[in-house]
Amino acid sequence: MPEIKVDEKLCKGCELCTTACPKQCIAMSDQFSVTGYYPAKLAKQDCCTGCGLCAQICPDLAITVFK
Amino acid sequence: MQQVNKWPSGLVNKPLRYCPGCGHGIVHRIVGECLEELGIRERTVGIAPVGCSVFADEYFNCDMIQGPHGRGPAIATGIKRSKPECIVFSYQGDGDLASIGMAETVHSAARSENITVIFINNAIYGMTGGQMAPTTLIGQQASTCPRGRTVQANGYPIRVCELLAQLEGARYLERTSTHTAAHVIKAKKAIRQAFQNQIDGKGFSLVEVLSICPTNWGLTPLQSLKFVTEKMMPMYPLGVFRTPDAAAGAATEGGAA
Repeated sequence: MPEIKVDEKLCKGCELCTTACPKQCIAMSDQFSVTGYYPAKLAKQDCCTGCGLCAQICPDLAITVFK
Repeated sequence: MQQVNKWPSGLVNKPLRYCPGCGHGIVHRIVGECLEELGIRERTVGIAPVGCSVFADEYFNCDMIQGPHGRGPAIATGIKRSKPECIVFSYQGDGDLASIGMAETVHSAARSENITVIFINNAIYGMTGGQMAPTTLIGQQASTCPRGRTVQANGYPIRVCELLAQLEGARYLERTSTHTAAHVIKAKKAIRQAFQNQIDGKGFSLVEVLSICPTNWGLTPLQSLKFVTEKMMPMYPLGVFRTPDAAAGAATEGGAA
């Protein structure tokens, strides 16, 4: 299944990716990252289509898409 | 499974230090990808402005110069004229390009210098603490107009693309945005075209990118996206204002031109 990996060291928790995902697969973690933000994560299983729109809008290049 | 996207070779592989949600990161990635895809990274010289992106020389993986405030197009002119084989781009914010650097911007466009200018418009001074910029909207609050910008006290915002569209030397002018993924893709197309124009020797190209500044707008990143569509786009309609082939005019998006 396609999936995304969020680099928690890069993610600043701006939530822009949650608006870009056409299937609302992305949610914010409730655990602090080492940099002190709530990073994004893939919240639903078998939801991601690998379209890569979240990576387009991510200002911190934190999202890697696999398809 | 295959990896769909990767860190572009046009950017140094290190974390960006901009605020959460800041549009600079998106435009940095776009420029980095364009340098890689067009195969021009080795011969590109970038000019970092004064502003939040003053550290752009740390991020772009090409030769970089950090210029005095607003003088990006003047420095780019010098580099391009002395080394025409180089691809020269100036990366500037609205305080840098539309305020102190307005003369350099207008005259380099009038001379149609064969350079590429990336103009980040976030309607506020970011680095210095949210002061009013020439592009600040009427009614928008800033630290130097805490009750909102008024026409009486502060005049009208400057639409840079429309202003430069009067000049015959400005060969490619487009305003894009970064508030949705679709607009980011369009912005990349425009910036790629601006670099291509320089490779083809078409003359002065400027791409304006509407960008969010959640920190100085006093909004969350998600509220900032709404601010772009509701407030900025009616004032700054998206579209192509000049192309090297046709003169002015083309469809605009988002409001009255």
